[in-house]
Amino acid sequence: MTIPSLVPIIELTNVTREFQVGSQLVKALDGISLTINRGEMVAIIGPSGSGKSTLMNTLGCLDTPSSGSFALNGTNVSELSDNELAEIRSKQLGFVFQSYNLLPRETALKNVELPLKYAGGYSGKDRREAARIALDRVGLSHRYDHRPVQMSGGEQQRVGIARALVKNPDLILADEPTGNLDSKSSAEVIEMLRSLNEQDGKTIVVVTHDPEVAEATKRIIAFRDGQIVEDRPVVHPSNTATANSEATE
Amino acid sequence: MNFVLLFSTAFASVTANKLRAGLTLLGIVIGVSSVIAMMAVGRGAQVSVTSRISELGTDLITVRPGAQALRFAFFGGGGNSDVLSFADALALKDDVFAPEVRLVAPENSFSGSAVVGGENTFVNGVGVTAEYLEARNLVIASGRNISNVDVQNTSMVAVLGSETSESLFGQRDPIGATLKISGRLLTVVGVMESQEGTIFNPDNSVLVPITTAHYRLNNGKGLIDSIGVSSINVLATSESTVGEARLDISTVLRLRHELDADEDDDFSITTQQDTIETLEGTQGTFVILLGSIAGISLLVGGIGVMNIMLVSVTERTREIGIRRAVGAKRRDILFQFVTEAVLMTFAGGILGVLVGWAIAYFGNGATVDGDIIETVIETRIALIALGVSVAVGLFFGIYPAARAAALNPIEALRHE
Repeated sequence: MTIPSLVPIIELTNVTREFQVGSQLVKALDGISLTINRGEMVAIIGPSGSGKSTLMNTLGCLDTPSSGSFALNGTNVSELSDNELAEIRSKQLGFVFQSYNLLPRETALKNVELPLKYAGGYSGKDRREAARIALDRVGLSHRYDHRPVQMSGGEQQRVGIARALVKNPDLILADEPTGNLDSKSSAEVIEMLRSLNEQDGKTIVVVTHDPEVAEATKRIIAFRDGQIVEDRPVVHPSNTATANSEATE
Repeated sequence: MNFVLLFSTAFASVTANKLRAGLTLLGIVIGVSSVIAMMAVGRGAQVSVTSRISELGTDLITVRPGAQALRFAFFGGGGNSDVLSFADALALKDDVFAPEVRLVAPENSFSGSAVVGGENTFVNGVGVTAEYLEARNLVIASGRNISNVDVQNTSMVAVLGSETSESLFGQRDPIGATLKISGRLLTVVGVMESQEGTIFNPDNSVLVPITTAHYRLNNGKGLIDSIGVSSINVLATSESTVGEARLDISTVLRLRHELDADEDDDFSITTQQDTIETLEGTQGTFVILLGSIAGISLLVGGIGVMNIMLVSVTERTREIGIRRAVGAKRRDILFQFVTEAVLMTFAGGILGVLVGWAIAYFGNGATVDGDIIETVIETRIALIALGVSVAVGLFFGIYPAARAAALNPIEALRHE
């Protein structure tokens, strides 16, 4: 199998996103052009209000650009209807949130099943099976029937990752995934995301404030005032090793 | 999202807050059960009135003097009693002009107290001919009926209603005993069976020959033909010929009263069917009124559902955001909340039907102010009430659900 590292999964061309705040027009994204290829792991950093959350919402098909174009897997998302966007969220994307965003009354298994319910076409048995596989993948085989309150923050976030994984999407978007976690859990979650990138070939985009998290990825894009101010690869031994292993595969 | 998933999701959400769901449901339960119970009571009254009238025989036609409308005809009295005479009644027996008339029983009335020893009872006095009992579906319990010989002879004889007999004579056999009305002595020759529960209760009446009533008790004058009658009871040859008999009666009386074609009848003819229809009409209005009052409580219950759904949408904004983020379409959210509302009202509707049915079932035969309440439970009404409760859920669930579906997922996810 060839490494599809040069196939673009995200292509932003001159994307702007404007908000009307009172009488003022605020440009949250100001002419962003950006390409992320399949199999990349990218960190997006920047101060609050720099536009990185707006970028995440756009990449997550929860929001559409005011102008410019956004192509996801070659489909121009900026022209899609609300229903079609929901379809894309359901089939091609996985979300990981800072505050986990699990349904508090449901068990881990039920939470992970949720995206499959909206995707349709899965029997109850298929859903449970897929949810178990996803939970096993994040190391929570012993937590199927626990509710969010019965789990630690790190475990909850891993349920969140399992939910993002369950439909086997190409792209996982993580918005401050370690923001609510202690350093040990943070390290676990980052390791989990890295492993999904390296072993499962998922494209991962992480928004973060945490330099450690950013340094754990392969590429860092810095935002300020709605514009990209820096876009650089991360070079460290493990990445080199990964790159080598990829090259030899 | 398919229906089973939608239903199980809605069911889980509703049952997650049992107290709240229960209280919301209660509004619907009260609304639906009161509709069922009220309609059962209303329909029960309607059916019992209809059956009581039917006991009189549906071939009975009543002719009364004056062109009064039904209310006079039904409640008796009214009109100018000079307009119909004994001769008019006799004329209705004409086989040529009135072939569909089988039996004619004119009656007049007298009032006064019947006195036996020290006992003094106000009675409903009726002057009759021998045909009266048959026309009114009455039966002699003991003794004999008033005969037409009694009528010809102006005999001082009386037939008593069961209640009159009891209040005047107690447990004694009244046959052959005498009683005094308006200072005149009458001999009791018969007692009627009790007709308790029928709409024209004859139990407190005293029947005497029509001539006796006129000449002796009312101190009337004139020839027998000119005796005024308060009404003429007519039986048609069969139930199916009531219409023809009515036309016969009209023809004969108009001829006798020398009415021109452009003049209105100076008498009124009422069939049992007319009476039933009028009463059913009045009672139908009553049933609708009862139903509307109950319907209002259902409406209030529906508003309660809407209120709770609005609160629920606000509380679960974040949940809505999560669902949208993982792929729920607007319509998935819309359907989920509408299903929740309908689930609550439908469950309330089922419980309401059961409660209403129980009220009607156990309330049947209960006595309120001396009146026996009869209830009739109709499946049709139960189904309608159930349907309405579902409609209430749809109607009052749509708006909160639409608000939920319209939420911006980004905002919803940020909601605390």
